[in-house]
Amino acid sequence: MKQENIQQLLTEKLGEGVILRTDAGASPPILEVPPQRIAEVCQLLHEHEQTYFDYLSCLTALDNGPDTNTMEVIYHLYSIPYNYQIGLKATLKREKEGKILPQIPTISHIWQSANWHEREAFDLLGIVFVGHPDLRRILLPADWEGHPLRKDYEEQAYYHGVKVEY
Amino acid sequence: MAKPIQYQFEEHHLRRSEPNKYKPEDLKTEEMVVNIGPQHPSTHGVLRLEVVTDGEIIVEVVPHLGYLHRCFEKHAENLPYNQSIPFVDRMDYLASMNSEHAFAMGVEQMLGISDKIPPRIEYIRVLVAELNRLASHFVAIGTYAMDIGAYTPFLWLMRDREHIIRLLEWTCGARMLYNYIWIGGLYYDLPIGFEERCAEFVQYLRPKLLELENLVIHNKIFVERTAKVGVLPLDTAINYGVSGPMLRGSGLKFDLRRVDGYSIYPELDFDIPVGDGSMGSLGDCWDRNYVRVKECYESLSMVEQCLARLQSDYPRTRDFDPRAVVPKKIRPRRQDFYSRAETPRGELGFFFRTDGKSDIPLRCKARSSCFVNLSVISEIARGSMIADLIAILGSVDIVLGEVDR
Repeated sequence: MKQENIQQLLTEKLGEGVILRTDAGASPPILEVPPQRIAEVCQLLHEHEQTYFDYLSCLTALDNGPDTNTMEVIYHLYSIPYNYQIGLKATLKREKEGKILPQIPTISHIWQSANWHEREAFDLLGIVFVGHPDLRRILLPADWEGHPLRKDYEEQAYYHGVKVEY
Repeated sequence: MAKPIQYQFEEHHLRRSEPNKYKPEDLKTEEMVVNIGPQHPSTHGVLRLEVVTDGEIIVEVVPHLGYLHRCFEKHAENLPYNQSIPFVDRMDYLASMNSEHAFAMGVEQMLGISDKIPPRIEYIRVLVAELNRLASHFVAIGTYAMDIGAYTPFLWLMRDREHIIRLLEWTCGARMLYNYIWIGGLYYDLPIGFEERCAEFVQYLRPKLLELENLVIHNKIFVERTAKVGVLPLDTAINYGVSGPMLRGSGLKFDLRRVDGYSIYPELDFDIPVGDGSMGSLGDCWDRNYVRVKECYESLSMVEQCLARLQSDYPRTRDFDPRAVVPKKIRPRRQDFYSRAETPRGELGFFFRTDGKSDIPLRCKARSSCFVNLSVISEIARGSMIADLIAILGSVDIVLGEVDR
């Protein structure tokens, strides 16, 4: 199974618009899909007998900064029986801090490992995973303000009376 | 008047910043919340477990993490790659060499210099990484035995680990946080006489491993305590993204050293031990520890093979410079890159987003193996006894430095 075959399979099953862009220069190659369709793409790749991506290696969220005003979620899938890796990417519109947070459907019902990865992405970058069973902060305290991995993050001055800046 | 303490204290500062997930009003009459940690020794660091219990039976376990969060990813976004390596050391502080190896390999692949690394350097890297894997497994097994009530194995294993730590200290000067493997090379060549001393150590350790196996793994008390406890079925393990000895304990012969064949592992002869459920059911706590002990034998044999190759094929020469390929400027082209490697606890992955214009990555994500392995604990602990929770948690072998990063 090569990247082209996966691309072909996805367009066959889910229609033309499901792959927006491919990045063959990345390692592993990354397919960009519309954020609202990420769950069905993952479901298909997880269950189809020719792909069978049974292992979610990594889920990364990243912020492109206020200039580009986008955020990305990158999924690294791995198929143990076929020994093949692929990346999926979804680009989200980014809102200013304090406004509505960007949203994307959860995939934690497909791979349970996504559960904590998504909580981490919510915690550090402020991306809401719609349908997540337990979306709480995971690394930072529950009453921390802001999302530190955003490029325009500024830490709060005081936390429970302790000066944050050192 | 009381002396002011440290900072301007006010009453509301005592408010708990990490509230429990389960509120008293959500619980049934017979249920109760018990907190274990974050200062409890058997949580192996600073992990808080919120346990909902029905008498002795565990209804739900909710881990609360982040007490050791040191913002590795934020630091890595602000530092050149070579300066990130000390931070990588401090993630999994029991197996720093393995983490360094994974990180350095990822950056080298991005730069496209991985095939320019001299074989002697690769062999030294694998040698120290496997020594560190032994040390890490010794801590895992030793503290595990201590958790469930045996004190002797801990002392014996710490004694043997001390030899490894001293060998590694001899190579680079640090006992635990080495910064020895650099991008494109090494800090220094091995010290003179290292190979001979290390070979002596291998001779010393082999009978000790047998002793360990008899003392711990085949001990009747140990077997009774761990067999059929915390059973992790293979499909659950894969779905939760579990890796390393935990995944192999559930019966899958999956090791990234073999699957990806990175560094010089394809040239080494080693076996991948898997759990077989011979003492209880497949994927229980005993299987996980059995896999760790068997891996110690494999690591020891790999150390021996590396030493043999280092003495025969790639011997020390006067003009050998371990920093010859170290790049002066580390600036990978614009790309998204995910690299992974096998550490003692499983798959350690690094995701890099680079822009080709600066020496620092735009984003560096560490996929920590313990973080993912720990997420399965509520699944395997549900329905077992509270006393077994300690046995289950120990068998996951977490290092909180890597969980919280």
